[in-house]
Amino acid sequence: MHNKNDLDKVIACRCEDITLGEIRELINKGYTTIDEIKRVSRCGFGPCQGKTCMQLLLAELTQQKGKDIKEIKMPTHRPPTRNIELGVLARGEEDEK
Amino acid sequence: MKNSAEIVIIGGGISGCATAYYLAKMGCTGVVVLEKEYIASGATGRCGAGVRSQWGLELNCKLTKMSIDMFEELDEETDYDGDTEFKQSGYLMLASTEKEVEQFKKNVELQNRLGIKSELLTPAEALKIVPFLNTDFVMAASFHQKDGHLNPFYVTDAYMKAARRLGVEFYTYTTVKDIKVEKGKVVGVVTDKGEIATNKVLNAAGGWAKEIGEMAGVELPLTPERREILVTEPLEALLDPMVISTSLNFYCQQVPHGSFIMGRGNPHEKEGLNQASSWDFLVNMSQTITKVLPILSQVRVVKQFAGLYMMSPDAAPIYGSVPAVDGLYLAVGFSGHGFMVGPMTGLLMAQHILGKDNEMVFSLDKLDLGRFERGELICEPSVV
Repeated sequence: MHNKNDLDKVIACRCEDITLGEIRELINKGYTTIDEIKRVSRCGFGPCQGKTCMQLLLAELTQQKGKDIKEIKMPTHRPPTRNIELGVLARGEEDEK
Repeated sequence: MKNSAEIVIIGGGISGCATAYYLAKMGCTGVVVLEKEYIASGATGRCGAGVRSQWGLELNCKLTKMSIDMFEELDEETDYDGDTEFKQSGYLMLASTEKEVEQFKKNVELQNRLGIKSELLTPAEALKIVPFLNTDFVMAASFHQKDGHLNPFYVTDAYMKAARRLGVEFYTYTTVKDIKVEKGKVVGVVTDKGEIATNKVLNAAGGWAKEIGEMAGVELPLTPERREILVTEPLEALLDPMVISTSLNFYCQQVPHGSFIMGRGNPHEKEGLNQASSWDFLVNMSQTITKVLPILSQVRVVKQFAGLYMMSPDAAPIYGSVPAVDGLYLAVGFSGHGFMVGPMTGLLMAQHILGKDNEMVFSLDKLDLGRFERGELICEPSVV
C-alpha cells in the first residue's frame, strides 16, 4: 500500500510532466473541474491529448470531492485523434492521386 | 449566492474579469461576476492571444498601445502568483498585394506618429526576422517589436484572483436566465442558482452577448461566428514573432512552451454558436502554413479547437451605456480582438460605470451603441 506522499510523486500527465501532487494542490486551491485544471496546468495538453491523465484526473476529483463519476464533466474531445504532420494534411488529395 | 449586488458582470472572460478588478480597485464593493462555465471558457481561452498595436485607425492604435503597456505591468499590477507569459517578440505582418503594401505604408506612418515604433520592411529584411519565411508570397512587411502574445488562461486568472482578493465574488457554472427591467431601469438578474437584485449590469458575454441583450429587451447588432485554431507538438524555439497576413488569411505564433498555434478565417462561415471542429479548417490551414512557413511541414498537429468571434457591423467594439435601459452597460462586439484590448476594456468600463468619464485617458464616445443609428461606423482596414 502506497502512502499519500508516495502518490504525490506519481506522474499524472506524462506529456507535460505533471505530478499527482501538483494536481492535488490545484484542487485545494479551488480548481475543481477537469476543464479548469487542464487550462491552468497544461495537464492533457500534450501530444497524447489526455489519453492517460484524464482518467487519473477524473478518479482524483471523484475521491477528493466525494462526487459520483457521472457528476464530473469530461472535456470536449477535439480532433485529430492521432497526431498528423501538417505536410501530410496539406498534401492529402495529391497523395491520393 | 448573494441576493443583491452593486454591479453584476455577466461573463468571466478577460473583459468581465478585468472590469471586476478595476471596479474593486477603485473602491467599489459588491461586485459579482457570473460565468456560465469556467473562467476564460469562451473566446478568451480559445483565442490566439496575440496583442498588436499595428492598426490602420488611430482609435485602434491607441487602445491597443495602452493595453500593451498594461500587459507589460500585469503581473505586478495583479500581484500574480504565476507568470502571464508575455512574449514581446513582435508581430510580422505580411503584405502580399499592391493594395496591402499601400495600406501598410499609411499604417506605419500613422503608428509612428502615435509613438508606435513599427517599421516597413522589404522581404529580405523580413527574412532576417524569420529565416525560413517563403518570401514568394511577400511584397513587403511591417514589424513592431513590442507586439506579442500572452497566455490567455493566466491573464484572466491573474485578474480574477486580484479581483477576488479585493472582495469581488465569482460564481462559475452559473447561467443567467433573465434580466429584470422595470420602468426602463435594471432591477435584477435571474440565474439558474437564484436571483440577484441590482441596478447595474455589465454585458461582457462575448459570443452570447446578443442573447444577454435580448433578456433586457435590447436588440444588439451582433453576429457570433466560429473561428478555428490548431496546435502542434512543442518544438525548440524557432519562430520569434507572430506572423500574420490578411490576404493570405492566417496567423501563426510559437508560444513559450514550444507549440505553434495558428488560425485562419473561413469566408463561408455561417453565423451561429457552433464551436465544433471542422475538417476543412484542418486542411486549409495546413495548406496555407506549409506554403508560407514550409519548415512546419513535418510538425505534427496535436489538436484543433474553435471559439466565437462576436462581430459588430464595423468590426469594432461596442462600449458604454444603453440609452433605452438605465443601468445596462456594454463591453461587446470585439470582432476577434477582445483579448488584446482587455486591460483597457476593464479600466474604461470601470470608470464609465462609476461615472468617472472625466478621468478617462481614452474617450468611449465614438465606440457607443448609438454610432450605428447615427451612421458613424468605424472601418478598420487591418482586421484578420
